[in-house]
Amino acid sequence: MVEVKDSQPMEIRKREYQKLVQQVIPRPTVGRNVFWAFVVGGLISLLGQGLMNFFAGFGLPLTEAGAAASAVLVFLSAFLTGLGVYDEIAKFAGAGAIVPITGFANSMVAPAMEYRAEGLVLGVGARLFTVAGPVLVFGIVTAWAIGILYYLFRLGG
Amino acid sequence: MIFLKAFVVGGMFCVIAQLLMDLTSYRITPAHVLVGFVTAGAVLSGLGLYQPLVNWAGAGATVPLTGFGHLLAQGAINGVQQKGILGAFSGGLAAAAAGLSAAVVFGYLAALAFKPKG
Repeated sequence: MVEVKDSQPMEIRKREYQKLVQQVIPRPTVGRNVFWAFVVGGLISLLGQGLMNFFAGFGLPLTEAGAAASAVLVFLSAFLTGLGVYDEIAKFAGAGAIVPITGFANSMVAPAMEYRAEGLVLGVGARLFTVAGPVLVFGIVTAWAIGILYYLFRLGG
Repeated sequence: MIFLKAFVVGGMFCVIAQLLMDLTSYRITPAHVLVGFVTAGAVLSGLGLYQPLVNWAGAGATVPLTGFGHLLAQGAINGVQQKGILGAFSGGLAAAAAGLSAAVVFGYLAALAFKPKG
């Protein structure tokens, strides 16, 4: 432990105090966060693969099977968010629950539910796009720019 | 084998995001993560780097939001191939339409059907 003496000037005592704080607060749990992010994100992707194979089994082409799998994942996420289960998972899974498309659906449902009291239009309707709005803006503009570059230079096929 | 690849690659995307959130001094919110990943996915797709990952890891590359960016970018490129410059405007959203509509419909219904806890 670091000793804090009354006789020391204020600045030094502050520094000593910071050292004490560093010793007492829990170590950042980066390792554990990363582990759970990997496991949960991996499992959601695994579930997506299972759904893709399932839909491909009906003779759907791969992109269609992927779209169907995404729709099911989005449905599950919206449902679990409604029940409050998804946010419990997100508490320990961190980015593992944010990065998959289920996290995108969660980011739509959670604020929309929260602000329902503000009405169907400005509450639910607008808040569905609190996060999805920026995602669509950046996604669409980037994709458009890539389309234009491809038109000009025939790049990125 | 495809299941193992999907698990590992999907997990790794989340690890990258977790490290960005935990180890950088910027205040990175989930919104920033999602915006960053959709943009990165679109850019990688435009450079021709993302499709090989999709071929290799399947849902491991399509389920993370980078896959949504990839869908938008490839849609825009296909649009240009079919309709010229107008396709740059229509192709991206057309390709992402199913997932996007599902998110809006299910999101809206869930927000109506459930009450928030606490």
